[in-house]
Amino acid sequence: MTTTAFGRRRSHRPNAVVNMALGLAGIAGLLLVWELVTRTGIIDPRFLPPASEVLVRFASMLRDLQFWREVGETMTSWAIGLAIAVVAGTIAGFAIGSSRFLERATRSTIEFLRPIPSVALIPLAVLLFGTKMQSSLLLIVYASFWQVLIQVIYGTLDVDPVANETARSYRLGRLQRIRHVVWPTTLPYLITGIRLAASVALILAITAELIIGTPGLGKAISDSQSGGDVVGVYAYILATGLIGVLVNLVARLVERRTLAWHTSIRSELAL
Amino acid sequence: MTPEPSGAAARPLLVVEHLKKVYPTATGGVEAVRDLHFSVPEGQLVCIVGPSGAGKTTLLKCIAGLLPITSGRIELLGEAITAPPKAMAVVFQEYGRSLFPWMSVEANVELPLKSAGVSKPERRAAAADALHAVGLDDAGGKYPWQLSGGMQQRVAIARALAYKPKVLIMDEPFAAVDAQTRADLEDLIRVIWKQLGVTILFVTHDIDESVYLGERVVVLSNSPTVVQDDVVIDLPAERDQLTTRSHPQFAALRSHIYEQIQRAKHNRGTETASTPTVLRRH
Repeated sequence: MTTTAFGRRRSHRPNAVVNMALGLAGIAGLLLVWELVTRTGIIDPRFLPPASEVLVRFASMLRDLQFWREVGETMTSWAIGLAIAVVAGTIAGFAIGSSRFLERATRSTIEFLRPIPSVALIPLAVLLFGTKMQSSLLLIVYASFWQVLIQVIYGTLDVDPVANETARSYRLGRLQRIRHVVWPTTLPYLITGIRLAASVALILAITAELIIGTPGLGKAISDSQSGGDVVGVYAYILATGLIGVLVNLVARLVERRTLAWHTSIRSELAL
Repeated sequence: MTPEPSGAAARPLLVVEHLKKVYPTATGGVEAVRDLHFSVPEGQLVCIVGPSGAGKTTLLKCIAGLLPITSGRIELLGEAITAPPKAMAVVFQEYGRSLFPWMSVEANVELPLKSAGVSKPERRAAAADALHAVGLDDAGGKYPWQLSGGMQQRVAIARALAYKPKVLIMDEPFAAVDAQTRADLEDLIRVIWKQLGVTILFVTHDIDESVYLGERVVVLSNSPTVVQDDVVIDLPAERDQLTTRSHPQFAALRSHIYEQIQRAKHNRGTETASTPTVLRRH
């Protein structure tokens, strides 16, 4: 396997470099177009300040403790909300997925509750918690819970009958089958669920701060806006975008690490 | 002339009596197995053949305790089978799905022992022995999907051996591997059977394979299934892919079973349902 993996890596390295270079060129091109359309006055710089100004502001923000406090606030509600959603979604998903009765009994309820946009709960959140972090958490948990739950239910229903019969024929008990068969089968689904939930949770964290005014990056965007600081608005938007990319990168890394055996990933490693 | 393995004369290890299996459906049920009896003495290597759709898999799952039976009785060591018995291991046809891809080969082989509470050093040793027996000494640290199909099925066999069953049930285990690998695996089964003295119930749709491997071949009828014929394979105990397969007796047995299978295709368990098991000697 080592030789295959090595051979593969060697033969694909130029490709990876080219991809990286193309990606960077794309970003540079975008920044260049942005700079040009604002400098030449095609777009009024009052609405879209030049890229260079936004980047300079962003760089100075990185040295500002206030910015990092806001990042911390956003990421704290993101992390707590995501954690609650993942734990609750996993437990509920396993319970529902391992019981025919529960699965049928909850299906229509889930199909009704799931499409309710989390933002529709904003008035409720304000009513209950005002501008405290709990408001953000309510929205984040509601939105990301379904992502995890649905994936976990699908995962538990996807257990291979042959694998299950093998486990039964070797007299593995119910708990042992959950641990050695159902859980590993569900894991790829769970991780996909977490990855989706992580993105959704970030969107809802920013949304809550932006609209309700719970402290964090979203509130900073809206504060900059009301202060007429257009450059600041863009710099903060850039920050949220980068956090989104980072969240996704980390999620993919975790996926790769934990699911090295899975078909979707192992084909890239060996064979 | 065939030296029977020890204990063959003793009370049968596995007894199937008046087995009937009806799958419940909305319209009243599909009868898969009608009225099946046969018994297997300890240490025998029995092949079960039948036309496709003969309910072979249903029969195996009933014997393995994986499927509840409708009526009749299946007995292992004198006790009725209602759940997977401890003294039995099953090797499935779909090795790729029967082995767990999230576990190393070693962990796959050890899992049944782990769940039975065998201590770590003991199951390590048992797994190493079993992997050695199937000729996979160095594969323990690999994942099943890094091995070829034939090697994966060897791992599944090793897992069954490490479990130290009295009866090994094999459900068309070599149907999905290429001809060369298949011949190797057949010889492996003969070696394991002789060395370990385990009783083997080998289900196959391949007539040649059943004659080559078995001491006895049970021919099943079409579904709803009854026993169509029960043939003693009186070939020399030392089997060899070349000489055994060109043995005149091999050809005679082969064509006899072939005829029976042809007849079985048209026999839906009606004509011989009440006929007692026929033992033919050549």
